[in-house]
Amino acid sequence: MPKTILFIEDEPTLQKTVGSILQKEGIVVKSALDGELGIQKAKEILPDLILLDLILPRKDGFEVLEELKKEEKTKAIPIIVLTNLESAKDIERAIGLGAVSYLVKANYELDEVISKIKEHLK
Amino acid sequence: MWYNLNNMSFKKVCDELNVVKSCRQYGLTLWQCPNFLFLVLGFIVIFTILITYYIANLYMPDPRIAALIVMVVSAILMIIGNMIVQSFNRLAKANQSKSEFISIASHRLRSPITNIKWMLSILMKSNGKEIDSEQLEQMRAIKENNDRMNTLVNDLLIAARVDQGRLILKSEEMDLKALVEQLIKEYQPYAQANHIALHLQSDQDLLKVFADRTQIKIAVQRLLENGIKYIKGIGSVKIRLINKKKSVRCEVEDTGVGIPKQEQKKVFQKFFRSQNIMRYQTQGSGLGLFIAKSIIQNSRGKIGFSSQENKGSIFWVELPVKL
Repeated sequence: MPKTILFIEDEPTLQKTVGSILQKEGIVVKSALDGELGIQKAKEILPDLILLDLILPRKDGFEVLEELKKEEKTKAIPIIVLTNLESAKDIERAIGLGAVSYLVKANYELDEVISKIKEHLK
Repeated sequence: MWYNLNNMSFKKVCDELNVVKSCRQYGLTLWQCPNFLFLVLGFIVIFTILITYYIANLYMPDPRIAALIVMVVSAILMIIGNMIVQSFNRLAKANQSKSEFISIASHRLRSPITNIKWMLSILMKSNGKEIDSEQLEQMRAIKENNDRMNTLVNDLLIAARVDQGRLILKSEEMDLKALVEQLIKEYQPYAQANHIALHLQSDQDLLKVFADRTQIKIAVQRLLENGIKYIKGIGSVKIRLINKKKSVRCEVEDTGVGIPKQEQKKVFQKFFRSQNIMRYQTQGSGLGLFIAKSIIQNSRGKIGFSSQENKGSIFWVELPVKL
């Protein structure tokens, strides 16, 4: 069965770019454009992995992370934070809330991001 | 200082009186902070009044008049002092807003830059079929320019963080040699294209240092990049890693244009670019060495250089081997 990823990101361009590459790798990609919708979809589809931006409308990434890790159904889903926030405080907070990996978009090539995602999907 | 207490909540008054908090907010040390200086000024004035009163009491027939005069003069002094402090406050606030603006603008620019970078990498991979070599070359040029923009935005973000006193660094055990080897690997194609040889000499059993790996990489990268960038024609950049008693020293020696003696004092200043390089190397923000210095000093390390015009420069950093 193909693996499913939920990509919570408010930028449609980025969603398309990363999404198309992941789909070529045989991964099913579902998306949500804001935090609240992200939580709702995560509970519905129970993906194998969540890719989460931190600056999001309605509910920010930290709130999403906190809620999903509290919820019995979703707490075991690995969450990779993919953001452009890079202060030590934000990284510590996200990891403390249960993110398995923290990737700063500007510091990574697309290939590196994809291989990190695949690593956590194994 | 005239406060309109009716319009000001108790908490706000407390915040106003909390000197340490407001100094931290501006990212200033106590002795640079106008609020703290004003407090010191106040204490000095009060102390002067008391001393004057004491002396006048001893030596003058009617000391009350002398004390009154001194008090009036002191009051005037305090009013003037307060006006100066207010101006400093306004300046500090304006500076803070500027740093915040740079920080927000740079952060907003990062998303489109990342989008371009990632989309280009997809486009460039589909070459061979639909894209000819000329188009691929053009894409490489776009990528190169986008990377430059990314570096500039990153530099502005770090510089804004330094200005705001928000450059927080981790302290973790790290292998400086592995980091330098990785950097040399990354910069090898760029150096080769410019006919510059990169060499690494390292002490055996190089000690591990305690610093923030990501930030130290940025600092050493700026030194290496400068070394390569400011060589005219064929040349070389040597990196030496040396064990010292309580630190590890990393030297970056280049055979470049060097820095004129009269400009050497300004090398670590923000936006500094030396006159001799401006003539032929227009790229560069002048933030690299400022950032390198801020990172190294915030890592309990040292940074310095020696340089001779038309011969080359040696930039060095020393990082602590203990927590």
